[in-house]
Amino acid sequence: MRSLLAQVWAQPNEQPAWTLSKWETVLGQARQARLLGRLARHYADHHWLVTVPKQPRQYLEGALRLIERQHHEVQWETLCIRRALMGVDTPVVMLKGAAYFVAGLPPRHGRLFSDIDIMVKKECLPEVEGALFRHGWISEERDAYNQRYYREWMHEIPPMTHVQRGTVIDVHHTITPPTSRFKVDGARLLECAVAIDGWEGVYVLAPVDMVLHSAVHLFQEGEFSHGLRDLLDINDLLLHFGTDAGFWGALFARARDLGLGEPLFHALHHTQRLFGTRAPQESAQALQDIRPNWITRQLMSALLNRALQPLHPSCDEPGSNLARWLLYIRSHYLRMPWYLIVPHLTRKAYMRYFPKNGKAAMNADQVVR
Amino acid sequence: MTLSDLSPVEVSRRLGGGGLTIRTGPFNFRIVSGIQSVAEGLAALYSDYPLADDHEFVDFTVTLARSRGLRRWWRPQVKFTYDGQSPFAPLPVDHAFPLLEWAMNWCISTQAHQYLCLHAAVIEKKGLAAIMPAPPGSGKSTLCAGLVSRGWRLLSDELTLISLTDGLIVPLGRPISLKNESLDVIRQFVPGAVLNRVTHDTSKGSVSHMKVPVSHVNRLNDQARAGWVIFPKYVPDAGAELTARSKANSMLELGRNAFNYTVLGLAGFEMLADVVSASDCYDFTYSRLDDAVSVFDKLAEGRSA
Repeated sequence: MRSLLAQVWAQPNEQPAWTLSKWETVLGQARQARLLGRLARHYADHHWLVTVPKQPRQYLEGALRLIERQHHEVQWETLCIRRALMGVDTPVVMLKGAAYFVAGLPPRHGRLFSDIDIMVKKECLPEVEGALFRHGWISEERDAYNQRYYREWMHEIPPMTHVQRGTVIDVHHTITPPTSRFKVDGARLLECAVAIDGWEGVYVLAPVDMVLHSAVHLFQEGEFSHGLRDLLDINDLLLHFGTDAGFWGALFARARDLGLGEPLFHALHHTQRLFGTRAPQESAQALQDIRPNWITRQLMSALLNRALQPLHPSCDEPGSNLARWLLYIRSHYLRMPWYLIVPHLTRKAYMRYFPKNGKAAMNADQVVR
Repeated sequence: MTLSDLSPVEVSRRLGGGGLTIRTGPFNFRIVSGIQSVAEGLAALYSDYPLADDHEFVDFTVTLARSRGLRRWWRPQVKFTYDGQSPFAPLPVDHAFPLLEWAMNWCISTQAHQYLCLHAAVIEKKGLAAIMPAPPGSGKSTLCAGLVSRGWRLLSDELTLISLTDGLIVPLGRPISLKNESLDVIRQFVPGAVLNRVTHDTSKGSVSHMKVPVSHVNRLNDQARAGWVIFPKYVPDAGAELTARSKANSMLELGRNAFNYTVLGLAGFEMLADVVSASDCYDFTYSRLDDAVSVFDKLAEGRSA
């Protein structure tokens, strides 16, 4: 069965007619794709909730409660981060979910959060880390190899967890790893960052950069468990910013400039395929210019058609797992040269089978204490 | 139709195929598993539970399967999957049945935000419920099993579900989890108790579950109003003793023992305040179940719904 979810946003004003058993599947897909909140919000905004049978409706309403709570938390966390970094000479740029939230952009609606991503000046990283540490965030990454992996090869430092609140923050200095094929200089993004009204010292990326970040993130992180959600974010941003004259031209120009044409191409291809959003006619040539070669297009489209489905049994097709695995490998290949990848992935695989004490996944009985 | 209407072969066939759909309290679970101990555990403990019809909505589909790969031959493991997601580390395959119970609790406590969900046992008499929150090792489940065998009705051993619409406590009615010394205590105290096969060496020690009396299972639609909040504590050789506990402190402690208190925000706060206002709050120490039963019965005599 294809993703029932994507249809919701492909025809946003048509209420799907789902039976109870379809609802079961949709809720499962939405949970897996981290879109349950989005789905619930969509239904609430269209005043459709009253027409949903009681059992599925309870889970939509539960998701609305969860969103409301999380949005309070994100607001509070952002204030705490801003206060912690007050004395550091860097703009604090919120990325992804937190950016949509503070800037009031459409993807914020119904969004569930797991952590907060920020970007700061690279040269300020040690100072930022120190300031966050003094305000209660500590790095829980004890493993020396992983510390080195982040600090030498990645575009972010190891995640920091707040000792009391348990909230997690990822501190970036740019949007792609320095070893990446799509290396982007963070300073160029910071130049164009946009201040947020009412949030002194808090910024978000410029609209075109925000779209490009989402695109490169989607295809380079290799984690497709919420790929559909990330693509929907891009779709929202395109619909929102796309009405500004000059947005599309600026988007293609910036993509060429930063060397992010290929991820942008894939993102546009799939937002069009799944949600019907297309670049305006006058951008046809610009789109043509960033198009990768035929083989890459066919291959990537075959892989992404599968990987951009919710990671739910109802969406499993032959080759789904293989597609995700190949994209995972590809994401590493894009991020690092092969002489770094091979040992890194080997080590990761080994650690998965033989975790060190304390690093094992949670046990079921620890949840119900 | 209940589970006991199916032959063991049919139970195994459904479990191994599209799933066996059991109704427990307000939730329908679809259980998929080819593991024999799961089929045996379900047959032993869930025989009186109604099966959901094909057209009914299923709240949670849970799968317990043997891990694949080389581990299949060398220390085989069981993996829990829910909607394509495996949130927990696999366990040795003979822990499959307790894993199922824990996983079912996990599904409810993380998803069912239509209820205020407390980590507490809850039992009922004359329409009034006694909520018994407690950290592990406080003898909560043992006390719950003892009282349930002496005239109190089981609403839930692990999760107290309070409906956000009317503040009533909804029975979940699943088997009572017992571990280590309490297994023998209950076998002696309740000679007719049906316990399933004991699983040894889990992270909680030796665990088993006690079957819920059929008359309790038949009343899964009868809700109850909060009457007491009681914090039990097993103290060796102590007499059974109730001491009043302040409502403010009881509310704080209940909030701490709620899975989704923060998710519910103001609604959760108000609901909890209503529950505590309507309840008499006590600390309770005990060592012998007989004494405990008479104290609880006296409480129930003193109030009526």
